[in-house]
Amino acid sequence: MAVELTVNGQRVAVEASASTLLVQALRDHLKLTGTHVGCDTAQCGACTVIVNGNAVKSCNLLLQQVAGAEVTTIEGLASADGTLHPMQAAFQDCHGLQCGFCTSGMVMSAVDLIQKNPKATAAEIREGLEGNLCRCTGYQNIVKAVQQAAAAQ
Amino acid sequence: MHAFEYTKPRSLDDAIAALAAGGQALAGGQTLIASLKQRLAQPDTLIDLGGIPDIQGVRRVGDALWIGAMTTHQTVANDATVQAAIPGLAVLAGGIGDRQVRAMGTIGGSIANNDPAACYPSALMALGATVHTNQRELPASDFFQGFFTTALDAGELVTGVTFPIPGRSGYAKFKQPASRFAIVGVFVADFAGAGARVAITGAGAGVFRHAELEAALTQSFEPSAIDGVSISPDDLSEDIHATPAYRAALIRVQTKRAVTQALA
Repeated sequence: MAVELTVNGQRVAVEASASTLLVQALRDHLKLTGTHVGCDTAQCGACTVIVNGNAVKSCNLLLQQVAGAEVTTIEGLASADGTLHPMQAAFQDCHGLQCGFCTSGMVMSAVDLIQKNPKATAAEIREGLEGNLCRCTGYQNIVKAVQQAAAAQ
Repeated sequence: MHAFEYTKPRSLDDAIAALAAGGQALAGGQTLIASLKQRLAQPDTLIDLGGIPDIQGVRRVGDALWIGAMTTHQTVANDATVQAAIPGLAVLAGGIGDRQVRAMGTIGGSIANNDPAACYPSALMALGATVHTNQRELPASDFFQGFFTTALDAGELVTGVTFPIPGRSGYAKFKQPASRFAIVGVFVADFAGAGARVAITGAGAGVFRHAELEAALTQSFEPSAIDGVSISPDDLSEDIHATPAYRAALIRVQTKRAVTQALA
């Protein structure tokens, strides 16, 4: 059956079985492969997207649960002319990534965090990104990037 | 994942009818979806409870707080009424999993699953909460029946929980860093004139109260009041994270931290 939702501002209808995860709909059906599957057990956060204003783990959510929802993925952050979102730009500036696998989830989680707590301290950023794991252990520059993006807003 | 049908009823009556027909209730899905992937659960029909406004939200009802079964941890953690009335409960909800999990996970899902390391059961036990279902009202002490077991019958659905409001409350957890479940979590509640209550999660096969800690804290609600209490490692869990003796030591430390928090 088709599930209708809005992804990065566009209305889409995804024809998929009831057991389809949101991340599978994004990657396999809509070809939005910026959202990554890391652990597939809701621990690493690489699959983080924003659904109706909350960062969630798209590997731990059925497509059906988000019927009618507004979903933003990493592809939805930059402007149409390619200008990076301030959070993406800050990750680039601060070298807030090493291998890059966790980055899209980190950025989405950080965007949600700063939207809810624009004056987050370094400690609050670390705690707020608890659900996102970086196997390269690049946390120092990730926190720096989030602080820089928050200050730029 | 095993193939299943999905339905999202818009009323409690419709959900109960679907449940009676043999479906599996889906709350926030933060445990259930992982269980589906591992085929630990293979329901034919999933009944998503996310479309029923009646079982969402926080309300002050007389001297108690009612929290709907489908209220997320994020909502409980950030709710001004909860923060003012039962601050320990807001702390507990704000420490479950991580931010993404808290945006989806619900109190009803947590208590119906009754994971022996879940946070919420300790709050229900320490506060003497009442669990509401579509069929009856149950004291928390009757609802929780050990390792992933509750008093829920087939076709029975948690609709909400009512929490008496204590004078003071606190929750402290030593968590497993990957799963963020409690290796030991302790909820303390001090009811003016009616004594202190202490409930412990993560340490055993299910949530339990600790009579000696309660007696000591009823006498004096101070961290040092439990210095002389003996905490037996008998019946505590042993796994790769902690031995029973270590868990017993953690119970003392987390109890003190929860009391300190309650006094702050």
